Amino acid sequence: MASLVSHPDEVKVVSRRFGQGAANLDRYLELDGYNAVRKALAMEPDAIINEVKNSSLRGRGGAGFSAGMKWSFVPKQSAKPKYVLCNGDESEPGTCKDRLIFEHDPHSVIEGVVIAGLAVGATSGYIYIRGEYRYLSIIMQKAIRDAYARGFLGKNIFGSGRNFDAYWHGGAGAYEVGEESALMESLEGKRGIPRIRPPFPAVVGLWGGPTVINNAETLASVPHIILGGADWYAKLGPPKNGGTRLFCLSGNLAKPGVYELPMGYNLKKMIYEVGGGIPNGRKLKAVVPGGSSTPCLTADEIDINMDFDSVAKAGSMLGSGGVVVLDDAQCIVKFALRTMKFYQHESCGWCIPCREGTDWLKKTLTRFHAGGGLKKDIDNMQYLAENMLGRTFCPLGDAAAMPTIGFINKFRKEFEDHLEGRPCPYEKEGVIDHLPVLAH
Amino acid sequence: MADVTLTVDGKKLTAPAGTLLIEACKSVGIEVPSFCYYPNLSLQGACRMCLVKIEKMPKLQTACTTVVSEGMVVTSDSDEIRQARKSMVELLLGNHPLDCPVCDAGGECELQDMTFSYGAAESKFMEAKNHKEEQQWSPVVFFDRPRCILCYRCVRVCGEAMDVWALGVQNRGVSSVIAPNKQDHLECEECGMCIDICPVGALTSGAYRYKTRPWEMKHVGTICTHCGDGCKTTLGVRRADTGMEIVRGDNRDKSGTNGDFLCIKGRYAFDFANHEDRLTQPLIRKNGKLTPSTWEEAFTLIGKKLADVRDKDGGQTIGVIGSTRTTNEEAYLLSKFARVVLKTNNVDHHRTADFPAFASALRGKPEATARMADVFSAPAILLIGNDPTDQHPLLAYQIRNNVRLHRARLYVVNSSPIKLRRQATNFTQIPAGAEGKFAAFLAGNDAAADGLASLSKTKDESLDLLALRGKLLAEEDLIIIFGSELRGSDIANIVNSASLIPGAKFLCLADYANSRGAADMGLYPDLLPGYHAAATSSQFHQEWGDIPQTPGLDLPGMVNSAEDGKLKALYVVGSNPVGRLSLDPFVFSKSFVVVQDIFLTETAVMADVVLPAANAYEKSGTFTNTCGDLQLVKKAGEVAGTKSDFEMIVRIADAMGFDIKKLIPFGGAMRADMGQSRGAQSGEADRHAVWLEMHGLEPKLSPLDPMAILDEIQRLVPGYDVSRMNLLAGNSEHTTLANSGPGVTHKPESILPANDTLFTSGTLGRYSRALNSVMESREVKTTEVAAD
Repeated sequence: MASLVSHPDEVKVVSRRFGQGAANLDRYLELDGYNAVRKALAMEPDAIINEVKNSSLRGRGGAGFSAGMKWSFVPKQSAKPKYVLCNGDESEPGTCKDRLIFEHDPHSVIEGVVIAGLAVGATSGYIYIRGEYRYLSIIMQKAIRDAYARGFLGKNIFGSGRNFDAYWHGGAGAYEVGEESALMESLEGKRGIPRIRPPFPAVVGLWGGPTVINNAETLASVPHIILGGADWYAKLGPPKNGGTRLFCLSGNLAKPGVYELPMGYNLKKMIYEVGGGIPNGRKLKAVVPGGSSTPCLTADEIDINMDFDSVAKAGSMLGSGGVVVLDDAQCIVKFALRTMKFYQHESCGWCIPCREGTDWLKKTLTRFHAGGGLKKDIDNMQYLAENMLGRTFCPLGDAAAMPTIGFINKFRKEFEDHLEGRPCPYEKEGVIDHLPVLAH
Repeated sequence: MADVTLTVDGKKLTAPAGTLLIEACKSVGIEVPSFCYYPNLSLQGACRMCLVKIEKMPKLQTACTTVVSEGMVVTSDSDEIRQARKSMVELLLGNHPLDCPVCDAGGECELQDMTFSYGAAESKFMEAKNHKEEQQWSPVVFFDRPRCILCYRCVRVCGEAMDVWALGVQNRGVSSVIAPNKQDHLECEECGMCIDICPVGALTSGAYRYKTRPWEMKHVGTICTHCGDGCKTTLGVRRADTGMEIVRGDNRDKSGTNGDFLCIKGRYAFDFANHEDRLTQPLIRKNGKLTPSTWEEAFTLIGKKLADVRDKDGGQTIGVIGSTRTTNEEAYLLSKFARVVLKTNNVDHHRTADFPAFASALRGKPEATARMADVFSAPAILLIGNDPTDQHPLLAYQIRNNVRLHRARLYVVNSSPIKLRRQATNFTQIPAGAEGKFAAFLAGNDAAADGLASLSKTKDESLDLLALRGKLLAEEDLIIIFGSELRGSDIANIVNSASLIPGAKFLCLADYANSRGAADMGLYPDLLPGYHAAATSSQFHQEWGDIPQTPGLDLPGMVNSAEDGKLKALYVVGSNPVGRLSLDPFVFSKSFVVVQDIFLTETAVMADVVLPAANAYEKSGTFTNTCGDLQLVKKAGEVAGTKSDFEMIVRIADAMGFDIKKLIPFGGAMRADMGQSRGAQSGEADRHAVWLEMHGLEPKLSPLDPMAILDEIQRLVPGYDVSRMNLLAGNSEHTTLANSGPGVTHKPESILPANDTLFTSGTLGRYSRALNSVMESREVKTTEVAAD
């Protein structure tokens, strides 16, 4: 079990039961467990949706779309069964929040799924867990079994006369499947490739049925909103950015970890106070504010509030809440390469710009970092990334293009420092003994 | 659906609601480029070439996945759009081997075209390209991964359109690769649709690869000579030592009734024409041995012998067996030659369907025969017997895609669980041989159901036979398709049963390329062209003059007569009765036997004279497919030393001393003005000649011109008076049986289905390397396959 961190500024909502053994159903019940479902069972579906809407809960997966709005798009009447889907395919580099929820508080996810089901009129839900999180799927399987054993799932849940089935499903190890329509393909047993939209999942989703799909953290927040009330939750954060967020602080920090802070918490404070600042007397060079797909911020851009709108105004994105801190000993080219290696590896290959673009970016960055860079490579990489942006089949292409554009625009000097066979200035032992074979 | 109005590049256009933007643009001549989009296949949005700007949308949108909406304002071309497309092509070329100079697709490659259109000529990348060795997936399908642009057209056409699902995608990202269904090879229908649809040279044909370049061939669109469906195949021919060699068959212009479709036979099985066993000189039996000789010697001998027999023993001692693979003109000419010159009614051919009964049942019923195109659009189809997937691949394709794209209801009644049951709304399995009983049951004979019930298994268990009949009779515009299982009175039953169904149409399935034509042209002992009885006076008796009226011998009758020594001469044109009926090879040894064929068949090897014939790819004329669709056959290949059956019949008639003008309406009184008087220098002469030909008015100056006989066919054979203009333009023209002659005496038992599968094609199939090389053909039991 991962050790937990804490800070006085934390506002514990989703993480309230972390470290308290709440994976055990009895313990969970002691900690207010399943009261939210009981309350929701007595509510009209529209009332539940309104409560979530009013809480200004926005999608924690990264896009930040209003969860209540999403639910309200599901048609009331449907010939096909409706589904609730929990997206637990947490794979964005720098992001490690859902795993804590699955580990410490799996029942809160189940509860969120059931409540979403009650709100939209679905009678079954799937909790899709990232393939690499095998150990968490075991916890989740037990939680589902336990909930069935108590009659919290299955026929006539809580004696209400209503039915709800929940299942878990393991991924096969693809970042792409975090994209909602690709996740549905994967769940249906197909290759994890996104679907053409429209139609959107709320109308045509899993097996053609209307589907609500939310991030695990989003769904885990729902029971707290139902119990605590929309007003209370909304007021935890700034307007239109309700509640708290699990921020995953990593990189060159004294106290990395997952902290639950109110939406809109200042990034500078987050780094220097909550995260304990940059160790070893180093200085801050850059911050990736919301997972590896978000453009980085330089040291003088960090005095911003961490809510969806403020970060967007600063030219980046709040994303999935993965805050990666780089100190001045880090090579941006190497970091860009590391990032691109990930996207090249994870591109599903469906569309040309992402499949080919990530590969050429990776190849070019590899050579570039090894000292074989040419001046035109910098423009070339920028050209590639700019031509991927907004033209790919799904957002993965953007996720690869945006940080690359950011690195080149903000740290062009560092790229230029790698030119003309010079080894990476940040790697003392980085002797270049050969250049890659040049083709074309 | 209601129409919506939108604006593209300032042009206002109207399209039905639900139309894809890319199609709407195409309808007004605005081309939006694409690789992955293909009409009638599922949408991909993968190649990102069709990006267009739609007002009020922040990003460029793919025109292939966008449905038109009212008031939409679209820009299909701008700097931003051109740049987006250019960058896609650049990215594709990044890993593309650029081996255009040796690639089969060079010159007809969509990636080449796009590169020219968007000018992505600059190399931006330095690293090595991703390489993978080429793979052979089957004798006819090769795969070069480096050339593949992953448009997934092959995967979709194989799965969605062919229902074969032999191709898929493996791995992900830049390692994504199209993969065959059996690890390193394909086991499928070997139709080659994946090759045809490949926009680049990633999938190439084992029969054609590295042979020549597209611009070095002449491309001739003609009709396939294998099954009875009448697909248009484009043959690529080039000069060879022995004439014109056919090097490729494909679906180049997609203008035939088959649209995108071709099966393995239409695409690859042209190769029998180049087989080394082709007969290329006349053979005359001398001292018991077939000895090469000259055409003059052969024609003189045949002419003398046949004239002698006719004059001494009478025409009734001469037998004539026609072909199901010669043109209508040849079949008609043979029918006429037999009656007029040989004075015999002993005429027959290999019958694979009971067309006389079909014609009789449909007499007086216009619009009752379905064309091949109708099968793709009918709201409901009843298929009794046959297995179209094997025997009529185009028909199966039409049915399958009608169900897929138009949600047609398909009812299958068959003794085996044929593949098309997968598309069927209802599949009813009946005992083998009970198809006739089903027809009777459908016609209202409830007692006939007893013979069906024992095996009756329906997909929808609750639907019993009575309910099925109720459903069928409640349909409108139903097409009833049946195989050779229904004959004689069964056909009358099925036609009568549908009298209550408004708009019902019928389709009778025969097995060879011109089986229908052979029947329509009167290759019967008792029937003249158009199913007119030989025994009763008709227009043919008036036009052809003094012809015998007593019905002649059918094929088994001729065999018996030969055994008794009564058949003095036998003239076989493109048929192999000895092989097909497994006859005693010496059965015709007492007769003077002349065989015209392309190979030394079991029949030819015992003949007195063997004449080397051109096949259907080497001559011009018309074919009538099993639906009655008349189409133009064009000469593509040529093998030195062969002659068309048409020419040989004329030469034999001539050698018999017959006045050819009485056989072929050529020459005549018309002054041969081909436009010389009308400004030959300005090109008007050409246009004038085209116009004359279109209207059948051009002077037929040669007795070897099949067009002269086509004139007569169109004039005399009921149903064939179709638009010559349309026919010559390469379209199909439907012939109807409504005005056929009345005479029907037929023997249902004389019908022998070919039993060909996807991988056999009678004699032609035996000489096709492509058909014999694919592993799927090994599963075919050759004993079941007829030899014609």
